Amino acid sequence: MGDLTVTTAVPGKGAGRRRTDARPPRPAGPLSPAARARRSLLRGLPVLPSVVLLLLFLAGPIAYCVYYAFTDMRLTGASGARFVGFDNFTKAFGDPDFFNAVWLTLVFTVVSSIIGQNTLGLGLAALLQKASRGVRSVASTLVLAAWVIPEVVAAYLLYVFFRKEGELNSILSFLHLPQQNWLYTLPILAVSVANVWRGTAFSMLVYSAALKEIPQEITEAAEVDGAGRWHRLWHITLPMIRRSIGTNLMLNTLQTLSVFGLIFVMTRGGPGNKSQTLPLYMYEQAFQNSLIGYGTAVALMLLVVGALFSVLYLRLLRTEV
Amino acid sequence: MAVIASPKAAPPPRTRRGGGALGARHRSRRSTERAVVNALLLLIALCFLAPLLWLFLASVNGTAGLRITAPDPMTLDNFRAVLTTDITYLPMLNGLVLCGGATALCVTASVLAAYPLSRYESRFKRPFLLTILFATGLPITAVMVPVYGMFVQVDLIDTMYGTILFLGTSSLPFAIWLTKNFMDGVPLVLEEAAWTDGASGMQTLRRVVLPLMWPGVTVVTIFTFIMMWGNFFVPFFLLLSPDQQPASVSIFTFFGSRGTVQYGQLAAFSMLYSMPVILLYVVMSRLIGGGSALGGALKG
Repeated sequence: MGDLTVTTAVPGKGAGRRRTDARPPRPAGPLSPAARARRSLLRGLPVLPSVVLLLLFLAGPIAYCVYYAFTDMRLTGASGARFVGFDNFTKAFGDPDFFNAVWLTLVFTVVSSIIGQNTLGLGLAALLQKASRGVRSVASTLVLAAWVIPEVVAAYLLYVFFRKEGELNSILSFLHLPQQNWLYTLPILAVSVANVWRGTAFSMLVYSAALKEIPQEITEAAEVDGAGRWHRLWHITLPMIRRSIGTNLMLNTLQTLSVFGLIFVMTRGGPGNKSQTLPLYMYEQAFQNSLIGYGTAVALMLLVVGALFSVLYLRLLRTEV
Repeated sequence: MAVIASPKAAPPPRTRRGGGALGARHRSRRSTERAVVNALLLLIALCFLAPLLWLFLASVNGTAGLRITAPDPMTLDNFRAVLTTDITYLPMLNGLVLCGGATALCVTASVLAAYPLSRYESRFKRPFLLTILFATGLPITAVMVPVYGMFVQVDLIDTMYGTILFLGTSSLPFAIWLTKNFMDGVPLVLEEAAWTDGASGMQTLRRVVLPLMWPGVTVVTIFTFIMMWGNFFVPFFLLLSPDQQPASVSIFTFFGSRGTVQYGQLAAFSMLYSMPVILLYVVMSRLIGGGSALGGALKG
């Protein structure tokens, strides 16, 4: 089971010095350095299970990811993995399908996360504040229901909705608007809307909490001073919740980058590769084409992009840790 | 909205129940605004409702298609057809073992880890917490291919316990973070009393801290379970034999292997599969007084 030697670095983690404002568990007194070290170790001990798990099953795979990305490992004949340097990356950058996947990932992220979930979530939170009680609970329950149901169920529901014979087209025909076979003509738009449908609840929750923290006096004072609705939104509300906006955008983007099941169930990346985002491209290369090494190189790039966003997120929160 | 013709003319009264003409105008402006807000919200709600409505109606429809139609005939046959060992009971049981095991692992590890992180100062604490937060952001999908490769090499592929270990670990960073935040909310005073009486750190955790923060622990448990129950790609990549797969993967076989898609049965199965997490979510939101408290906790 994995490489156990890595755990030797662990015992120091979380080892504690005495907290100044709390009384120590044992009578305080001068402790020898050895006793102090032993106590620190004992206090840090409960962190150990988590550290072992994280090293084995998260850090381990990431290390494997870096290693495989530079080999030509295949699904068949595991013995044949050779070190191939940057070949996988050169191959990716020469492959139009890879750029197609990068482009679609970008479209999917911007449309569904940054524009869709974020804006709709903020709008919903603002509207919910002012709505009557009954409407508020109906609307928020429905939005939350879409978020709580399992990913695959959501994907099926939206698949049915967007099908040629599906509900969207019947609504459009009722309104005398042009109909389309959405999953064939605009699959990336269909999966983006699906992601908005499924994920907006998260932004709504974050923004509802943020809006609640704005003191009512400030909005009222602005109203008294004659500030209009848009003026208030732009100059008071948005600046006051800008930290939440940053956090939410970051978390949404990270979430959206790794969406796999939703797209896989709805379109399998098709037709052709018209909705094949990076995770699906990675899957196809690694498993359908048996190119584990190449698929991992793509995964590593995705991981690096995610890591960059994650670091940005940490910087946003840096005052809190 | 037309009422706001001269917004600067009259500063609205400080109290909502201001009398006289000003108050009346203010009130009517408010009520127009509220009507518009309500209408907008209902329109959005309708968009969210449409796919869910199909699910409800199709599940009890004997001749379900892709459109939202009244059930004809109204029947429970779809449920009867899917309530068999192969289609429902076994995948649900697998899901329960998988997600229950992984949740137990994840919550136990995170409660243990959160205690020193919340109670003691250390020079390792900040880097550790930063690493944890960083890990919550990593796209787990990207690790799946190397995890698959690693599991093949160490012979954990297609084993329930291997998948439990990975699934539990992948939720661990967020669970530790959430648990620590909840634990920070438990005041130190009572613990100090226990310490003076000579209780050890672990005794204090079990007898004093945990009883005080059980709503927090329950929220972490339920939230972790919901996320895992809906997780598709981890079991999809790591569990290969059909008799081990949970509902999130087995639902996939409604397409393809059974010939033409039975939409009514698909809907019925989706209802059964979604029911546990919907109930758990209701319990959780009762515990934390509405969803927005979770929103506050989530934002860090």
